[in-house]
Amino acid sequence: MSNKMPETGLFFQRDRDWHPPAFTPRYKTSVLRSPQKALLSLDNTISEITGPVFGHNMLGELDDDMIHNFAKPGESAIGERILVYGRVLDERGKGVPGALLEFWQANAGGRYRHKKDQYFAPLDPNFGGCGRTITDEEGGYIFRTIKPGPYPWPNGINDWRPAHIHFSIFGNGFAQRLITQMYFEGDPLIWKCPIVSTIPSREAIETLIAPLDMEATIPMDAMAYKFDIVLRGRRSTMFENRKEGN
Amino acid sequence: MAQDLNRLKESPSQTAGPYVHIGLTPNFCDIGGVYDADLGLSMVNDKTKGERITVKSRVLDGTGTPLRDALVEIWQADADGLYNSPSETRGSADPNFTGWGRCPAHMETGEFVFETIKPGRVPFRDGRPMAPHITFWIVARGINLGLHTRMYFGDEEKANAEDPILQRVEHQVRVPTLIAPREGNVYSFDIHLQGEKETIFFDI
Repeated sequence: MSNKMPETGLFFQRDRDWHPPAFTPRYKTSVLRSPQKALLSLDNTISEITGPVFGHNMLGELDDDMIHNFAKPGESAIGERILVYGRVLDERGKGVPGALLEFWQANAGGRYRHKKDQYFAPLDPNFGGCGRTITDEEGGYIFRTIKPGPYPWPNGINDWRPAHIHFSIFGNGFAQRLITQMYFEGDPLIWKCPIVSTIPSREAIETLIAPLDMEATIPMDAMAYKFDIVLRGRRSTMFENRKEGN
Repeated sequence: MAQDLNRLKESPSQTAGPYVHIGLTPNFCDIGGVYDADLGLSMVNDKTKGERITVKSRVLDGTGTPLRDALVEIWQADADGLYNSPSETRGSADPNFTGWGRCPAHMETGEFVFETIKPGRVPFRDGRPMAPHITFWIVARGINLGLHTRMYFGDEEKANAEDPILQRVEHQVRVPTLIAPREGNVYSFDIHLQGEKETIFFDI
């Protein structure tokens, strides 16, 4: 938890031309699940600028270690051992302390531990696929996992997802709530994926691609990828527009 | 040239996908032993102040079919209209109420169920009271960016009529899409992603 004063300013407006639009027909499932009417613009109220926070004491010892958190004692998940690290920042470039990150992914063969995943790549008995952590005072985080495999999925006849890790992020206001995916530098499937290409610009897509960082590797153990995440910024409360007497 | 504002761009959203349960409610999808319990499963305990209610919800696609792979989170004030959050500066919320719930759709029926309390009123930005409401955030396969909406209470007609947000809706015929009817202690809130009854979603 941070000792800084909590912030109460309004969030910067979300740039909806930067995010994927709701209706993206190449990603077929979006067609019947996309609202068609205009969104109602809403100045943030107390309901949007507040949000739940989670304490470090809720974390278990292996929550940030997907190599071991589902494995039998003395065993570990199969796959390329990697560290994923980075910072959660806001649009002002400030680190976001105390942010809960939850992540999930397929195993090294591209198979999820989920009854709806019909892909015939085998399950790894030592890999569950979920992990979580909470950012430190500077917004930093790190976790350990195996590199997920790419996999085919029913959309077009021959669509494949690039290797990716799903991230769910809480900031300090409910309006910052975000889910996204991290991709791996150099994966040729990134530029063929109908889900990636829901994002309108190449520039925006590149912000989701984590580079290999040889300096952060653990020699003879794990490679490292850096993934910074940016949440909405918020205005200063110092000169808020308020009616007198409020 | 002028100085650079040095702003960053928000990370672009990607769909939660069909396997969101693995990350957010692993016990629900039979990944046991990693976390003690799924987060957001329980919002109240036996000391929580306020009127106990059940909120039942569904998210329906453009054909009227309930989504069975969606996940909903809700956020609400306590019985006195205070949020259990560090950004709440008006007072201390009920320590026995988290205000935050998370629920995956039932895998067969698509139903969400939240056991909670009826929230108190909280002020709009100009100080006028808003009607009691619960904020909803909806993610699923096929939803590229999480959807925000609000549930208002069907038995709060007077408060709803003076709510500054509901008053702002240009097409008043759509306001009922945000109002959950009450039956006993159960409020039912169907969220329509498309069609004539499309729910009002917010750009907050």
